[in-house]
Amino acid sequence: MHAAVVVFPGSNCDRDLAVALQRAGAHVTMVWHKDTAMPAGVDLIAIPGGFSFGDYLRCGAIAANSPISQSVKAHADRGGYVLGVCNGFQILTETRVLPGTLLRNSALKYICRPVELTVTTVDSPFTCRYGAGQTITVPIAHHDGNYHADVETLKVLADQDRIAFRYVKNPNGSADDIAGILSENRRVLGMMPHPERMAEPAHGGTDGAAMFAGLVDQLANA
Amino acid sequence: MKARVHIMLKTGVLDPQGEAVRHALGSLGFDGVNAVRQGKVIELDLEDGTSEATINDMCERLLANTVIESYRVEIL
Repeated sequence: MHAAVVVFPGSNCDRDLAVALQRAGAHVTMVWHKDTAMPAGVDLIAIPGGFSFGDYLRCGAIAANSPISQSVKAHADRGGYVLGVCNGFQILTETRVLPGTLLRNSALKYICRPVELTVTTVDSPFTCRYGAGQTITVPIAHHDGNYHADVETLKVLADQDRIAFRYVKNPNGSADDIAGILSENRRVLGMMPHPERMAEPAHGGTDGAAMFAGLVDQLANA
Repeated sequence: MKARVHIMLKTGVLDPQGEAVRHALGSLGFDGVNAVRQGKVIELDLEDGTSEATINDMCERLLANTVIESYRVEIL
């Protein structure tokens, strides 16, 4: 499985994400934001956390309009797989690859700590290695993780089983306790928590590793 | 020419920053502040003759996130 990790000025989880994918068996290429095309044969594009372009204007807004983001959108539009973590999730909503947006946390504070998530659906290559309803612990680290979408969109997400993860105890005011959502074709996942920071024993837990293992396994056979 | 773009959160979108400002005004003794909504003002210095349609396009594609924000263009 060949994964591309996109690097923007201000990305700071790009290498963690690359390592997590590599340890799961993926071949990883780093892609700079000024590149206009993905390497040939990329199965998965991973957009890491961080503060792309200093979070100026809105989190993810400048990155969403950088040259490489057109390739990300084109990849998603033709049914390619995309994972956006934290700032990557914000970028995917700004490019409108995923619906809704991420507002400032309801308590206005940056929150950095492990949180419990419920795996809400196992019907995706990202979550197939988890058990339905399983509780996992993964860290969050964000100031703008308060998921917002209109009532109709929230209903569609729930009805189509596209909520991948919910917070057990909502830390940031997210609508419907949403921590991560899938695209309609279930091949794009955006999530605020960081599975790559809980992917090996030295991290203090390995609950994130199953996501990368599942992805590599599913996409190798795709 | 210059234009000013006013960007506000849409009605119904919770504005936690505005709410924090409201609380702070209350603690300073300013009673009767029912609500505070915080937005952004962006000033653009443009080539003369830039159409309002072009400025609206800038708002739609970058300056505002129309999922949550509304905008108003003021030509100066």
